[in-house]
Amino acid sequence: MAYSEKVVDHFNNPRNMGSFKKDEDGVGTGIVGAPECGDVMKLQIKVQNDTIVDAKFKTFGCGSAIASSSLATEWLKGKTVDEANQIKNTDIVQELNLPPVKIHCSVLAEDAIKAALADYKKKSGEQQ
Amino acid sequence: MKLPIFMDNHSTTPMDPRVLEAMLPYFVEKFGNSASRNHAFGWEAEEAVENARKQIARTIHADSKEIVFTSGATESDNLAIKGVVEMYHEKGDHIITSSTEHRAVLDTCKALESKRGVKVTYLPVDKAGMVKPEDVRNAITDKTILITIMMANNEIGTINPIKDIGKIAKEKGILFHCDATQGVGKIPVDVQDMGIDLMSFSAHKLYGPKGVGALYVRKKAPRVRIAAQMDGGGHERGMRSGTLPVPLIVGFGKAVELCEQEMPTESKRLSAMRDRLQTAITSKLEEVYLNGHSTQRLPNNLNLSFAYVEGESLLMGLKEIALSSGSACTSATLEPSYVLRALGVGSDLAHSSIRFGLGRFNTDEEVDYTAKRIIEVVTKLREMSPLYEMAKEGIDLKSVQWAAH
Repeated sequence: MAYSEKVVDHFNNPRNMGSFKKDEDGVGTGIVGAPECGDVMKLQIKVQNDTIVDAKFKTFGCGSAIASSSLATEWLKGKTVDEANQIKNTDIVQELNLPPVKIHCSVLAEDAIKAALADYKKKSGEQQ
Repeated sequence: MKLPIFMDNHSTTPMDPRVLEAMLPYFVEKFGNSASRNHAFGWEAEEAVENARKQIARTIHADSKEIVFTSGATESDNLAIKGVVEMYHEKGDHIITSSTEHRAVLDTCKALESKRGVKVTYLPVDKAGMVKPEDVRNAITDKTILITIMMANNEIGTINPIKDIGKIAKEKGILFHCDATQGVGKIPVDVQDMGIDLMSFSAHKLYGPKGVGALYVRKKAPRVRIAAQMDGGGHERGMRSGTLPVPLIVGFGKAVELCEQEMPTESKRLSAMRDRLQTAITSKLEEVYLNGHSTQRLPNNLNLSFAYVEGESLLMGLKEIALSSGSACTSATLEPSYVLRALGVGSDLAHSSIRFGLGRFNTDEEVDYTAKRIIEVVTKLREMSPLYEMAKEGIDLKSVQWAAH
């Protein structure tokens, strides 16, 4: 199967690969997927004044899964929490030109965004 | 050294230039139909076909009249299994096979189950991928008409105890078919000694052309009969009609002959290269697991799982090397290799597997380059892997509640 140029680019030059400390202030962490399914994504956001100032990812999965999460971190940066909630998997499919068999990678990335946002909201709610 | 490197010799092999040379006269100059009995063009083609038939028969210790040419091993498997079921349906309706057979055998069995009500026993394999002869014996019923077990597995290279299974088949008077696609040309094959009654194999796996294969059909003790699956001019003693592809058959014969001549030195060279590759990788990377049998395997096969790294992404990082992965990330079911699953390899490690298939034209230089690149890419992808990070933090991945999707 041939990968789109954008998938190859994200795979070769992943954006924002790495980790924040989970207990750091303003950090939300989402881990989705399962090793048995061949995909696990960890997506983290760092929020200041309701704006995502930084994002990081680590992914176990195929090239499309890595590219989907790498792209998600790019898109998250600079967005407000509410704006980030609007990111849809179909946007990722379109941007990366994912074929039908790889749509689940984009779904996983959307799930990871949602999970990271939920974790952030839970943590900031606890603090207030 | 030229890139890309081809190290996927279980999928197919490059044709040996000596094979091509033998084939060339049979396209334009000597184009006759080997079934034309009345003129020199036909005689010339027939002679070439019979010569190839002898070369092939000699290598597997058969008689040339026992070789039926087909389009490849898939057709041979279909012809053997369906042909026996159709011919011996009055005797019984039970087949014994194993769970790690090639799809050409498994799907043929499944088709017979649903279309003809045939009963099929799919034997499990041990952790190394080997069928236990005693399991074969215990599965036999008075309705069993065929045992079909592969010689060597195409993913993990494990070699089955064919001779022991053949002995049980003989003892019980049941026909024994062996898919030897990965065996012939790689390891010594003797249908007499191994007690094989029907055997499938293919030219393109042994440096011959694509589009031709053979089915060995035993003529004596016992005389095996199969129902033809292709009707027509009655070629191949009525078992497989259709004009013979003379150039392909000439190439097949030459390819088999070369494999036989070179096997003693070539198999040593391949296993030395294979061990060199394995040692180079495992001495630099932790948590690399061998899939298959440590000794009873094809000399050219190496199947490794790299924990915390997904196989398809590993291949994507190694674009200049042709390899294969048990990760079925691209398949519709998203299920990893059924062969590795049958060995009891966890889904996570099955997704992390890579198959190296060495061949006649691979060199030590290519092996060293491949090892170096594998180490680089696995290291990079582990840095990127949340599973590796968790494992390094001391988290037991098995204890995590994953959200399966």
